[in-house]
Amino acid sequence: MPPREGVYGLLAEFNTPGELVQATKLAYGAGYRRMESYTPYPVEEAAEALHFHKTRVPLICLLGGLMGLTTGALLEIWINVWGYPLNLRAMPLFSWPAFVVPAYEWTILFSGLSTCFGMLALNGLPQLYHPLFNAPNFADGASTDKFFLCLEANDPRFDRLETRKLLESCSPISIVEVQH
Amino acid sequence: MATQGPIPEIDDPMIDPRTGEYAVIAPGHTFKSVTQKVAGIVLTDNTPMAWLGGLFLAATVAMGVVVAVTWLVLKGVGIWGITIPGAWGFAIINFVWWIGIGHAGTLISAILLLFKQTWRNSINRFAEAMTIFAVCCAAMFPLLHVGRPWLGYWLLPYPNSMNVWPQFRSPLAWDVFAVSTYATISIVFWYMGMIPDFGTLRDRAKSPLAKYAYGMLAVGWRGSTRHWIRYESASLLLAGLSTPLVLSVHTTISFDFAVAAMAGWHTTIFPPYFVAGAVYSGFAMVLTLAIPIRKFYHLEDLVTLRHLDNMAKVMLATGSIVGYGYGMEVFMSWYSASHWEYFMMWNRMFGPMGWAYWVLVLTNLAIPLTTLWSRKLRVNAAYLFFLSFVVNIGMWFERFVIVVTSLYRDYLPSSWGTYRATKWDYMLFIGTWGLFSTLFLLFARFAPMVPMSELRTMLPQTKIGKGGEDAKAVVQEAI
Repeated sequence: MPPREGVYGLLAEFNTPGELVQATKLAYGAGYRRMESYTPYPVEEAAEALHFHKTRVPLICLLGGLMGLTTGALLEIWINVWGYPLNLRAMPLFSWPAFVVPAYEWTILFSGLSTCFGMLALNGLPQLYHPLFNAPNFADGASTDKFFLCLEANDPRFDRLETRKLLESCSPISIVEVQH
Repeated sequence: MATQGPIPEIDDPMIDPRTGEYAVIAPGHTFKSVTQKVAGIVLTDNTPMAWLGGLFLAATVAMGVVVAVTWLVLKGVGIWGITIPGAWGFAIINFVWWIGIGHAGTLISAILLLFKQTWRNSINRFAEAMTIFAVCCAAMFPLLHVGRPWLGYWLLPYPNSMNVWPQFRSPLAWDVFAVSTYATISIVFWYMGMIPDFGTLRDRAKSPLAKYAYGMLAVGWRGSTRHWIRYESASLLLAGLSTPLVLSVHTTISFDFAVAAMAGWHTTIFPPYFVAGAVYSGFAMVLTLAIPIRKFYHLEDLVTLRHLDNMAKVMLATGSIVGYGYGMEVFMSWYSASHWEYFMMWNRMFGPMGWAYWVLVLTNLAIPLTTLWSRKLRVNAAYLFFLSFVVNIGMWFERFVIVVTSLYRDYLPSSWGTYRATKWDYMLFIGTWGLFSTLFLLFARFAPMVPMSELRTMLPQTKIGKGGEDAKAVVQEAI
């Protein structure tokens, strides 16, 4: 893929989470959809303002858990009943209560790993380069104490002047045009 | 209880006048100030001399592990004091002790998260680190105890030319699964929790090496709201998974004992009593680490007396469960009317190694469970520091009593023996303290010890009024 060029979006910087939420609501109301806010800690209200509610992380976790349970249980049953049957203390070969603990542990192992890696994958991480890192004030604030709203250029309503006007009406500290 | 009592000196700025409780974070902090405080520890150019000295000392002690393991590999487990009948000895005592210590970290990071105990935010990161390093030390022991550690992978189910597979009806095979899962999930949870903080460090780092290293570790985290929502969801799910996991790990370890038909081991109270004991010793270790760290790095604003008070309360509760466990063991050995149980308990209390039982009663019950009721002592850092050592000594003796006294005098008097640890046992055990301290000191220097992103959520500036209009007023007030 050739490197993209041009404007990525307009990045507005705010001091408080409240201002960010208000600005997001305003932009959403004005019809913008391709936008994203950036905060130094999770702000639920900001996600609501973006109308972002559902994540598929729990589903991935459930699927991972089911996979771990099945893998663990089948592995134990195959090994102890068919693969390597041993007569120990005259216990039945299929002594399922003894199989509970390892199957349980693998349920947790698989679901835990799929939760973490699933979350990263849904987030598109690892992604070491992102256009926003080009914004001079982003690195200094987004992971410390500032709140950012980025209206992206690939939104059909995006217009350099109109969008800037909209953002200015929210009185941010700064508005930066981010290049790819 | 104590919190209902008279409100203490009201002029103490750390006390919230509305509740009479110590504040979780000292007033007057901003997003920037908490970030600077925590990131400054890692990103400073001046490594404190005391840290270097501590690392040198810890690494020297950790050499004990290298020497003892090398000699063990060359000579075999015969260099240890283990014999028949006392075949478990230090290896299993230390294994159970270390892994028990780890349990408080998961309890703090997972169970207290589910219960919305936000005070945990300041201490969960280094408690999780403690878990991982304790599990490292713990896992070493059973692996060496199998005799040929280089064949340790035989414990895992994998297709091999010998056509031999593990035997899943043994609790010792369950242990492999429980401990390896515990280690993996703890590392995943710990690392995932650090990703946003690594992002902060990447953005604040000055040196190119630090920027690069933290940048790689942060995997490009940029604090996007959609990312945060998925991240929070994953954190909650991992907490929900870790909670039954941590309970199951020590339960499985207690099965190693309880499934055996041995007087003093074969009892149903072992799982809950082991888990409570694990949390008890783990909180003691968190105090051992937290009290010097908050002093040395001036983190008293973030790890406040409220934290110490709460941790002491958890110790009081779990210590009481442990005390109940001891009482029940004594009661059942009488009530079971079993000659063997009765003798085991007599031998445990008044036999040749009876002194160990009374050490554990003194250090696990008599000293902590009488003094922790006092609020004055619970907020006295020096006393808690002392007590944390007392409890960890006591918990080590608890495992010593369980492992050794049940084994060395069993059913057949002609096979009675005794147990004496050798210098190699001591060297390896003391070496693991050095290993643990070395790893912890490295963590304290190079990773964010206190989760910055979670601390930010505890500040008053995060409050948003309807539509956001109150936010400014709140912030102005807070600053």
